[in-house]
Amino acid sequence: MESLNLFVKSIFVDNMIFAYFLGMCSFLAVSKNVKTAAGLGLAVIFVLGITLPINYLLNKYLLSPGALAWVSPSLANVDLSFLSFIIFIAVIASFVQLVEMVVEKFSPSLYASLGIFLPLIAVNCAILGASLFMQEKAFATLGLATVYGLGSGVGWFLAIVSIAAIREKITYSNIPKPLQGLGITFIISGLMAIAFMGFMGISL
Amino acid sequence: MAMDKKIFTTPLIKSNPVTALVLGICSALAVTVKLEPAIVMAISVTLVTGFSSFLISLIRKTIPNRIRIIVQLVVVAMFVILIEQFLKAYVYDVSKQLSVYVGLIITNCIIMGRIEAFGLSEKPLPSLIDGLANGLGYGLVLVVVAFFRELLGSGTLYGMQIIPQSWYAAEGGHYLNNGLFIMPPMALILIGCLIWIQRCFQKDDTK
Repeated sequence: MESLNLFVKSIFVDNMIFAYFLGMCSFLAVSKNVKTAAGLGLAVIFVLGITLPINYLLNKYLLSPGALAWVSPSLANVDLSFLSFIIFIAVIASFVQLVEMVVEKFSPSLYASLGIFLPLIAVNCAILGASLFMQEKAFATLGLATVYGLGSGVGWFLAIVSIAAIREKITYSNIPKPLQGLGITFIISGLMAIAFMGFMGISL
Repeated sequence: MAMDKKIFTTPLIKSNPVTALVLGICSALAVTVKLEPAIVMAISVTLVTGFSSFLISLIRKTIPNRIRIIVQLVVVAMFVILIEQFLKAYVYDVSKQLSVYVGLIITNCIIMGRIEAFGLSEKPLPSLIDGLANGLGYGLVLVVVAFFRELLGSGTLYGMQIIPQSWYAAEGGHYLNNGLFIMPPMALILIGCLIWIQRCFQKDDTK
């Protein structure tokens, strides 16, 4: 029950894009049509679902204060948390590179459709942001952390697919010239964020 | 020298990283509820962009192309850790307010964008200037957005009360703060309007 609650919450209430503005850059850049948006969204779910548990374990057994006590009791006072940025981003970047190589080798067709997005994901703030939020929220178990990762990914996917759908429609609308393209996209995402605020306070 | 000046001035308004190139939006929106964190954030990003671009440019000939993203991220992460420790030591309150967004400077697209587009191909000194200027352009947008959000949302500027207390309903007035401005969506709409205004004045630049 707790994990279901967390899942729903991380999709709608704590939506990465509309509540925290994470992954905004690729959200705006790759939302011109639904198909590519969905491709990127899937890649984000995948990467989040895997890097988050890895970072959770690293945080629990390496980085947080006193985490090294399992090596030897004399290390119980060591606090490596200042290293967390560099470790998290290294995990994410190397994982993304690894996935890119594996996909390229074994499934060229998937690579052709997903490949261009993979390098973009390494610098997608949503991925690093989820890891940092995970550290801040201090989840009790590995399962919860994984659920949080997947939920955030699904939330991001929903957001980018829906804005892409809207952007496909508004290409035919009559918008003031200077507002066309980027400006109107910002305002639409603002309005969507207001709509998403309606989910606030939901708990199962 | 004229060349150097141009490197510095174009990113401020004309090719501003936020409104023209759409980079670094994530943090631009999240830290602009109040002026103070916005200014701290602007300074941090400026420093990180400048110095990481400088350092990458120094070692640009020795980085293998395939793993350059990782190298860049590590360099940037190093500077961000320095900034984070510094903020925690000297302005603890602000660093608490910024929470994860300090860490997210690492993935701020402005930094990666400038390194990729400029630092990897140019000499160290121009890269430093270019990085600093882009950071400042980003900071400019941050401060403008934060100005409106704080003034209209909380009636204060940099923590000081601007709207007179006697206007508020509690003191018998009829003024209410616009609560929507504190909420995240308003930042998006404000930046949308900024882009609108900017493009109005640069008609010939947009196709």
